[in-house]
Amino acid sequence: MQKRYFWEAFLLGLFVLLLPALNFSGHLPDYYLNLTGKYLALSIAALGMDLIWGYTGILGLGQAVFFGLGAYAMGMHLMLKASGHGVYGASIPDFMVWNRVTQLPFFWKPFQSFSLMVLLAIAVPFAAAALIGLLTFSRRVGGTYFAILTQAMAYAAWLMFNRNEMNLGGTNGLTDFKTILGFPLNNPGTVRGLYVATALALVLSFAACRWLVKSKMGLVLKAIRDRELRLEFMGYPIARYKIFIFALAGGLAGLAGALYVPQVGIITPSEIGVLPSLEVCVWVAAGGRGTLLGAILGAVGINAARSILTARFPNEWPIILGATFIGVVMFVPDGVVGLPRQLHGLWRRRAARARSELAAQAGAPVEDSHA
Amino acid sequence: MTPKAIPLLCAGLLALSPFAHALSPAVEKAAQSLARGAPERPVLQKIRDQADPEFKPLVSALQSGALYPWKGTLLLLNDSGAFTDLDGKPLLDAAGQPLAPSGLTAISVDPGDQGLLEQALHFMALSDENPGTREAAARKLGSLGDPAARPYLEKALAGERNPGVKAAILEAVAKLDLQNPDPAVRRGALDYFEAHPSDAAMSPLQTFLQKEQDPSLRRIAEFVLVRINRRLKVRNWIGYAFDGLSLSSVLLIMSIGLAITFGLMGIINMAHGEMLMLGSYAAYVLQQFFAAHFPARQDYFFFAALPLSLLAVGLIGFVLERGLLRFLYGRPLESLLVTWGIGMVLSQGARLYFGDQTSVNAPTWFRGGWEAMPGLILPYSRLFIIFLSLACLIAVYWLLYRTVIGLKVRAVMENREMASCMGISTQRVDALTFAFGTALAGLGGCALSLIGTVDPEVGKTYIVDSFMVVVTGGVGKLLGVVLASFGIGMSNKVLEPAIGGTASAVYSKVIVLVLVILFLQIRPQGIFAPKGRDTSLK
Repeated sequence: MQKRYFWEAFLLGLFVLLLPALNFSGHLPDYYLNLTGKYLALSIAALGMDLIWGYTGILGLGQAVFFGLGAYAMGMHLMLKASGHGVYGASIPDFMVWNRVTQLPFFWKPFQSFSLMVLLAIAVPFAAAALIGLLTFSRRVGGTYFAILTQAMAYAAWLMFNRNEMNLGGTNGLTDFKTILGFPLNNPGTVRGLYVATALALVLSFAACRWLVKSKMGLVLKAIRDRELRLEFMGYPIARYKIFIFALAGGLAGLAGALYVPQVGIITPSEIGVLPSLEVCVWVAAGGRGTLLGAILGAVGINAARSILTARFPNEWPIILGATFIGVVMFVPDGVVGLPRQLHGLWRRRAARARSELAAQAGAPVEDSHA
Repeated sequence: MTPKAIPLLCAGLLALSPFAHALSPAVEKAAQSLARGAPERPVLQKIRDQADPEFKPLVSALQSGALYPWKGTLLLLNDSGAFTDLDGKPLLDAAGQPLAPSGLTAISVDPGDQGLLEQALHFMALSDENPGTREAAARKLGSLGDPAARPYLEKALAGERNPGVKAAILEAVAKLDLQNPDPAVRRGALDYFEAHPSDAAMSPLQTFLQKEQDPSLRRIAEFVLVRINRRLKVRNWIGYAFDGLSLSSVLLIMSIGLAITFGLMGIINMAHGEMLMLGSYAAYVLQQFFAAHFPARQDYFFFAALPLSLLAVGLIGFVLERGLLRFLYGRPLESLLVTWGIGMVLSQGARLYFGDQTSVNAPTWFRGGWEAMPGLILPYSRLFIIFLSLACLIAVYWLLYRTVIGLKVRAVMENREMASCMGISTQRVDALTFAFGTALAGLGGCALSLIGTVDPEVGKTYIVDSFMVVVTGGVGKLLGVVLASFGIGMSNKVLEPAIGGTASAVYSKVIVLVLVILFLQIRPQGIFAPKGRDTSLK
């Protein structure tokens, strides 16, 4: 156990302390820091996914929607702050001017304030997830049905966000941000600040999740994953646990979205949909389900692989991703984090088989008479 | 030769030449006066009043400015740029070579007289040999609304035998009568429309209402308009219902396979949409093959495509099951992800291999449709798909409930361990069932290629709806799948026009999703719940 904590502490230290320091001293280019910051933001969403899937056994294929809710919240705030500096110089965002919208729609107004926006970026996806959980878990809709429903929900959300009538930028999304809290977004200092904020958020979320799964609640969640029926007969209100953890994961995804957007500079409906939701799954599956650390490793690893591979093989990337899915689920079900254990188990089985073969050769002719 | 003799000589040549049979004296006379440069209007009016189809080539040429006077006669400039005389015979010189005189100016018609030409053409068309042309001319005259046409229409009516053309002429006459100053005549026209409400009457009736003062006539007109609108609505809704039925049949073919696999193995096959896509591509490949090797029998490719898509996609499904999915037995969530990965690989692979836009041309006997009601055309291709889905349904029912293999499948679905104990090879049943399910999807894809494009994304369009069908219809129950696909297909297509607007397809999809979620609130196991004590949902 101690070894695991050591690795975790090492990685966190690396992310939170070392990288920004290197950037500050000029050894690490801003571009890579920014990229890593994006990966860390996505890791927070992966953490949520691990909570619901790795620990509770709920496969939710709509996490990208909650991510998107938080991301759009931040996006709306940044757009409002950039108003007056857009191409049209109007007090409403540019795309509204194109769409001949004259007044700011009412639901944009709360996002003027930064603190309110942060609250909403977490609370809205939390509430949305809670609602979906309420409609499904309390009706005992679980397993594959739930996965299909969340996938359909992701699809429907993607369709809706693409519409111009939603006043959220349509297919082009929200972009052209200028400042956050008064700091210009392309300033290296801001990039560093955002990175540190993201890394800290990751550390805090990680600590909170770690505390949660080590608590009694964590035990219940794992029991839901392993033997739900038995737990139900023991009298636990399964639905409530599921709703809570699903809502929590939604909130985490929203937080991730809000941290992601200022580092990327754009949010479009393509980040909300069936494919991004499935990608969150691959990250957690590849990293190692039910280990929290695996979620972070998977998110960072696969996104880093994507950045490298899509530059060289843009057309083959979906095939590579699909093959990774298949390969990971079939051959490395415990992910990267579980790889040492898996290999160890394989090695032990080989050793045991070799031993029993030797024993069979040495003695026990009794078995031959049945041949 | 004296100048005066030239036209005489030409006329004489024309009369004596062995080809002098076509031009009637009247046409000749008109041609000559035009060639002489006489004022056009009286000539044109005379042509129009006579409404003799013989003048058609002359008038058409005048309209397109291809009539040239030359040496006292008229020349036509035909489409290939050669000069012919009014009969269409090419102009030849003494040696028999095409002659192309230069320095000619075409006869131009004043803009004020263009209308005469139009009228002439229409009136002439009323006595054309082809009934289709006559009908079209009658309708055109009706919609043009020129009262001068009435006598010609009546004359045409007197000699007309074809019922379709007769009806068109009567309608045209009624339309013209709506503007008659005599109220009795207008009343007569309204009576006609009351007896024959059709959409063509809508717009003249609306204009009529704008100008009419007499209240009693207005009442009749409004009444007729209401009847027409109602008929239009009924027709439109029948059209939507048909679209819904067509979509339901596609969903049915796709969902049967999905439901059986899910009911049997607990695997939700996310690659099912891609199986559909592979079926469409099978049709495409076969079409290309036939185009290259059997161009004469181009249309028959479809007969080969149906069984080929069935077999090929079924084989792929078999290989997938044996190769990958059988190791995931009992782990539905993992199989969901693995099949998604397979789907991604297949769809991107198809995109890279075939390119993004390929299409299949339906065989000629599938083009066009059946006119069930005036103005409502039900395409043959969609009728075929509906028929195909029914055939699939019957085939699946027969296979599942009337054959030994079906018995084994049902046994394994009900209690896997027990069936295995009874000696049924569950592995073989799994593989065959999965192959069958994917084969059905392939067949659906092949049929779908008739009405849509063949592209890598076609599977994704139907897969979400297909899942909804399986979730709503209940696990592995055939009747549930039928009802659910009918319900979801119809809701999609009926909600669309009800919502209206450009986003209706999107909103109707969202609403259907919400309806499914709400439906699951009342009945979480789907329409037909699995009987038994196991309350957990897969």
